[in-house]
Parts: sequence; structure tokens; C-alpha cells
Amino acid sequence: MLQIIKNKEISSRKKAAIHLAAIFLALLTASVFILFMGHPPLKVYLSMARGAFGTSYRFTETLIKTIPLIITSLGISLAFRMKFWNIGAEGQIIMGAFGASWVALSYPHLPSFVLLPLMGLGGLAGGGIWALIPAFFRARFQTNETIFTLMLNYIALQWITYLQNGPWKDPGALGFPKIPNFSPQAVLPKLFGIHIGWLIAFILVVLSALFITKTKKGYEIQVIGESEKTARYAGINVSRTILVTLFISGALCGLAGMIEASAINKTLSVEITGGVGYTAIITAWLANLKELRIVLVSFLFAAMIQGSSYIQMAFQIPQSAAQILQGLILFFVLGSEFFIRYRIVYRSRESGGGET
Amino acid sequence: MLSSFLHAAVIAGTPLVFAILGEILTERAGKLNLGVEGMMLMGAVVGFKTALLTSHPLWALFGAALAGAAGALIFSFLTVTLRSNQVVTGLALTIFGTGFASFLGQGLAGHIVPASVKDFFHPVALPVLSRIPFLGEALFHHSIFVYAGYIIIIAAYVYLFKTRFGLNLRALGENTAAADAAGINIMKYKFAHILSGGALIGLGGAFLSLVYVPTWQENITTGRGWIAVALVIFCKWNPIRIFWGAFLFGGLDIIGFRLQGLNIHISQYFFDMLPYIVTVIILIMTSVKDSKEKSPPAELGRPYFREDK
Repeated sequence: MLQIIKNKEISSRKKAAIHLAAIFLALLTASVFILFMGHPPLKVYLSMARGAFGTSYRFTETLIKTIPLIITSLGISLAFRMKFWNIGAEGQIIMGAFGASWVALSYPHLPSFVLLPLMGLGGLAGGGIWALIPAFFRARFQTNETIFTLMLNYIALQWITYLQNGPWKDPGALGFPKIPNFSPQAVLPKLFGIHIGWLIAFILVVLSALFITKTKKGYEIQVIGESEKTARYAGINVSRTILVTLFISGALCGLAGMIEASAINKTLSVEITGGVGYTAIITAWLANLKELRIVLVSFLFAAMIQGSSYIQMAFQIPQSAAQILQGLILFFVLGSEFFIRYRIVYRSRESGGGET
Repeated sequence: MLSSFLHAAVIAGTPLVFAILGEILTERAGKLNLGVEGMMLMGAVVGFKTALLTSHPLWALFGAALAGAAGALIFSFLTVTLRSNQVVTGLALTIFGTGFASFLGQGLAGHIVPASVKDFFHPVALPVLSRIPFLGEALFHHSIFVYAGYIIIIAAYVYLFKTRFGLNLRALGENTAAADAAGINIMKYKFAHILSGGALIGLGGAFLSLVYVPTWQENITTGRGWIAVALVIFCKWNPIRIFWGAFLFGGLDIIGFRLQGLNIHISQYFFDMLPYIVTVIILIMTSVKDSKEKSPPAELGRPYFREDK
């Protein structure tokens, strides 16, 4: 008879192999759909790759899309490490962008070297405070943070919609509901052809890794993630750690919002996130919340998103195909975890029967 | 005036009726499925597309229920059979469902449901009942879909609290190991209830695209799936309380639109925030109370593996 047995330790190489197999199966499943739609799957995947890496322009676009994904995934993974299910990154990005835009639109004439850091602070504060609200209630009353953070996404979105159609509406846009463009000083400069956000992302990756592995707070976060009870027993102030961590988590997402508003959109709009807040949940999880892997996974997902906007033109496959593909990959990887944690063995009844 | 407001609130609350009920069944089986938003969208788009293709209301409903159940099948296969993380699996399902709906809905925007389907769901005044003063018109002059919601709430209540199957399900939700030892087929119960819950959630989505809107628009659910997850807590896992939860939120959904007619000068965007803000407030209030009074099924969110015992 078949029996499921818990695996003891499993080598990280074998783990990676299982995950890769899962991703391969997800792509295989997706190709069945592509076949049904009447396209040759291999050709679609190849042109997806061409769309993401084919020319230096497209490659740059892929890198630009990687930046907010990395920063947001870093933020999300901090909360996830505590098993605090922050799915409010979308709203935290929006409120960060709002904070930065408020600075940019209020003091447009400040010189860049003053204005940009201020906008950064605005982004950090906007996202951080937005994440502090659910963190407070979770720490105090055990309020369900998943739904709370998600509701705040919708509230943030409505808030920007209000600004865009009301008090912040650009009078020069001939009645079109849009917020005025930033002054040139409020736009992030470029370094080696890509806006400086890549450098910020790089620094944050290093800082996050150091924070988790080298600081006391980082250690406490990991203990809470293992068990809140243990953490309390060990004398860790759980409530305070939740508040501090969530502020950092939200602040990182908010900074991603500031970067997108400043470098890409050069204004604030309801489409500021481009769904990054949700995609980053997947990338953070697939990267197993590890910083370096977040970089790799974010890059691959950015390539997938960039590539799928290309196949939309080439094959008329809707861009939402990328979202379906993301979902499929996640399903398969989630399922594959089973084969990491357990193995199935075949035992004959005689030998197995005696034990149970 | 108030009666017509109540009438509109019942309609706006009906998608929530199905979604909340579906999630109650799922959570009673011990699984927290955060994929409600995704399953609603899958139901909405499949129902709408089937209505366009077949012009037949029952096929459309069948398609929507099937789509929701398919989403639930993915969820239960991953979480029950393969024991994956419930929170992340639910999120994955929502992401998948959102993509699926926008993929299938490509080019459907602006299409209107066929006349045959529209007629089928046309409001009908129930004899006698609709003549009750004040409430009659508000509650009993509706589409057959709304009545189905009433009936299914009561049926689910009876099922959960008055039948042996319901008793088994509740036992399983409170203590899976004991239920297992008592000879209840855990796997069968979990799959059956998560799948039928998914079908109901899919129908909730279909109400939006077939009756409420009734054209196709991107992201037609606008967070109702998530609100439903929150309202399960408000309803204390008891179907009968959906009458309050769903229709209260139906009222919040439309209050901005109604008050505009009264020349009240508060931006419509603030009223659009109301359902989300009230959801948050309800979450907080129930969690403050929860510290004393324990109401969710004890096994909710806890994986159960017989081998681990």
C-alpha cells in the first residue's frame, strides 16, 4: 500500500530541481492552452523571450520593470517572515507614491538634491503608515491582517481616484482627469542608461539581507515567524516587533511607489502600481523570502510581463495571459512543495501492518 | 423611498449571499479559501460568455457554477491532497482567476446579455407576499436569482444544523481527528463542501455579470469576494446571519448613488470607499469581541494529516 512519509532534511539542490520541474510543468500546461488557441507554443515562448531580451531597448524595459518588483518583494517578505500576511503592498505602493507626489507637487521648485530625498521620505512615510494601521490592530486585537490590508488597497485606490478627479486635477488637461506632471527636478536621474532606482534596489537587497541575518530585530522576526508563543516566552516584545517590521515592510513598498511615480510616470495616477503589489506576493513566495533569490525571480517575472506585452502584438494573445501563467507557476510550485516535504513509499501490507 | 432603497440593497447584496455562503461551507470544512474573488470572477466571466453563446440562462448558471467549482477543485487538490499553504494557495487562485476572467473577457466589454437570459431573470412579484406593506415590495418583487438566494440560505441553515451530514461537517470543523476516528470520511467531506462552496461563489459572480450589471466589464467584482471573506466572520459561520450581512452591505454599496439624488455634496468617491471601510470596522469589532468569545471552527486554517498524529 502507498504511504506518505515526512522527509527529513532535503538537499537544496534537490529542492531547486523539484521547483524547476514544477515551473516546467506549469509552462507545459500553459502550452496546452496556447495550442488550443491555435498558436504554436514553442514559437510563442520564444517570441516572449525575444520580447523581453531581444533588443537593448526591450532589455532595458525588462530591467525597469524588475526594480519595483524587487523592492516590493523585499518589503512583503519581511512581513511574510513573521507569517504576517501583508497583501496590502498594492495600497502601500499607492500611498507611498501619494506621499512622494504631495512633496513633488507642493515644492516643485526645490533643487533636485533636496527635493528627491524629501520625496523618498514621503514615499517611505506614506507606505509605512499605511501598513502600520493593520499592524496596530493585529498586534493589539489579533485582527485578521489579510483582509484588512486588502481592504486598504481599495481605499487607497479610491483616494487617488478622488484626487485625480477632484482637488489635484490638472486644470491644464482640458477636463481630462489627470494629475499635473512633476517638475524636472522631481524626476530621478539616470545612471548607465537606467533610472537610479536600480541602485536603490541593489542597496536595499544588501541591507535587507544584513537586517535579517545580522541584527537582533531580524532574529526576533524569524523567531516570531516560527512561533509567536515561543517568541513571547523568550521575552520578545511581539507587538512592538510587528509594528516596527510592518512599518519597514510598508515603507519599502512605499519607496517603490515613489520610484515609479518619479522615474516612470512623472506624475501620480490610479495606474501607478501596474499590479506590482500582487505580483510581488508571488515573487516573494517563490523566492522563499530570500533576498538574492528575490532578485532572480523578480527579473524572470519582469521578463515574463514584458514578453507578454510583446506577444500581445505578435499573436493577439491578451496580456492577461501573463497573469494566468503566473498563477499556474505558483500552483505548480505550491503543489511541488509536497514532494519536498514528503515522499511516497510503497510498502507491502505484511511489513507495514505490524507497525500500525 | 426607503422601501425602494431596501429593494436595491437586496439586489446589490445578492452576489454576497452566494459568496458568503460558499465560503462558510469551505471554512466549516476547515479551509480558509482566500480565492473567493478569483472564483467569483471566473464564475462571472464563464456565466456571461455561456449566456452569449447559448442564449440560455440555465446553461449560463451551470457554466458559472462549474467555473467556481473548478477553481475550488484546484484549491482543494493543492491544500487537502498536497497539503500546500492555504493562504498562498488562495492568493494564487485569486491571481489566476483575475487573469482568467480578463483573458476570457477580452473583447466582451460592452456586450449585453441576450434578451432570453434577461427575460428569465426579470423581476417577478410573488403573489400575496409582495403585498405585505413596506417589506413586500422590497423583498418579494425580485429576479428568480434573488429568491434562489433566500431559499439557499435557509436550506444551508437546515443542512448545517438539522441534518446528520451537517453535524458531521461541523464536527470535522471542530476536531478533525475525532471526526476521523468516528468514521467520517474526512477527504470526501472536505472535497464535497469546498467544491459546492466554489460553485456557489461562482454563481455569486454570475449574478453580477448576468443580472446586476448586466454587461461585461473588467474586474466586475471590485473586491466583493474579499468583502465576502470578511463577512463570514461577521455572520459567525451561520448561514441565517447572511440575511443581515449581505443586505447591509448591499445597502452600503448603493448608498452613495442614492444620496447623490438628494443633492448631498459629498464626493461620490468617498461613498465608494464605504463598503471597504465598514468591512475594516467590522473586522476590528469582531476581533475585539473575539478575544472573549470563540466562534470560528476550531480547525480553521489548520492542516490535518492523519499520519502526523
